[in-house]
Amino acid sequence: MFKAIHSNKSVQLLFGLLMGILFGFLLHKGGVTTYDIIMGQLLLEDFTVVKIMLSAVVTGMIGVYCLNSMGLVQLHIKPGSLGQDLIGGLIFGAGFAILGYCPGTLAGAVGHGALDALFGGIPGVLIGAWLFASAYPRLEQGILTRGYFGKLTLPTLLKLNKWAVILLVCAAIIIILFAIEKAGL
Amino acid sequence: MQWLKAEQWSVYAVGIAIGILSWLAFLLSDHPLGCSTAFARTSGMVEKLFRGSRVEEKTYFKKFTPVITWEWMLVLGIIIGAFISAKLSGQFQLCWIPPRWQAMVGAIPWIRWLVALTGGAIMGFGARWAGGCTSGHGISGTLQLAVGSWLAAICFFLGGIATAMLIANVFPLQARN
Repeated sequence: MFKAIHSNKSVQLLFGLLMGILFGFLLHKGGVTTYDIIMGQLLLEDFTVVKIMLSAVVTGMIGVYCLNSMGLVQLHIKPGSLGQDLIGGLIFGAGFAILGYCPGTLAGAVGHGALDALFGGIPGVLIGAWLFASAYPRLEQGILTRGYFGKLTLPTLLKLNKWAVILLVCAAIIIILFAIEKAGL
Repeated sequence: MQWLKAEQWSVYAVGIAIGILSWLAFLLSDHPLGCSTAFARTSGMVEKLFRGSRVEEKTYFKKFTPVITWEWMLVLGIIIGAFISAKLSGQFQLCWIPPRWQAMVGAIPWIRWLVALTGGAIMGFGARWAGGCTSGHGISGTLQLAVGSWLAAICFFLGGIATAMLIANVFPLQARN
């Protein structure tokens, strides 16, 4: 029923903008568009970022899998490999801590007037993405495909029913969130 | 409508609302929330200004054509949304140096600029290497139970925590003046 909307390009650009406005509004109201909160998280002093991410994951997981069971949405699992996710993840993490914003919160920081984000972070990420695009032909068939496992999901890996995994992951996240609150972080 | 002007909402309210927003993104746009491909496409658009349409022949830009897409509009929207929120709560302020940075390193803008540029470049490179960022892998991928996204998200934080601890050791917090 949503196929017609999905293929309407101008409607989709408008939806992207509107959802971005909501996303940016929420990121700012959550406090995660500031350098101080993000560094506080990476130094394990303040768990605002993790609390927002984990509660979004629980909510999103239940809703998206319900909608998927009703045939209303398709999943979009990114194919993965050890070379891609492990090494790329660690490089990302190093840059994340040096900059003090991630790509989404960097855009949010520009919105509240952070000039280090606008003139430093944004051109920096563009340069980094461009360098990767230029290095891609050399990496594509090498390191990026090391330990390739494709569109593997936790239910397939654990050989469990997807609802059992959703229940387990949600329970684990809720326990972690309670522990964080109990520790006063 | 006082709540729209609040400086901060409950972090759980914000997290749950972002989760609901992810339902809308899948349902209405057949697209997970994500930010970093928009930066890759933009870098291609900038290169196109200098080198013309030859840029589209690059392997990576065949995969991610340098054009404005849903995700590009999403990132533009984030800037606008954060601006609206900051204006409503009176927190909009042009500022070069974040307070914590000032307490660690000092108040000289060009040093912050150079470090932000360098950190941004490393992060942009890593985001495209990993094929996603804190939203694409960290929220959208993990909520779909993708093994690669869980691995990437855990590495974002492992790499981030290790680097941040190193920075905090080199530049301990000093009394703010």
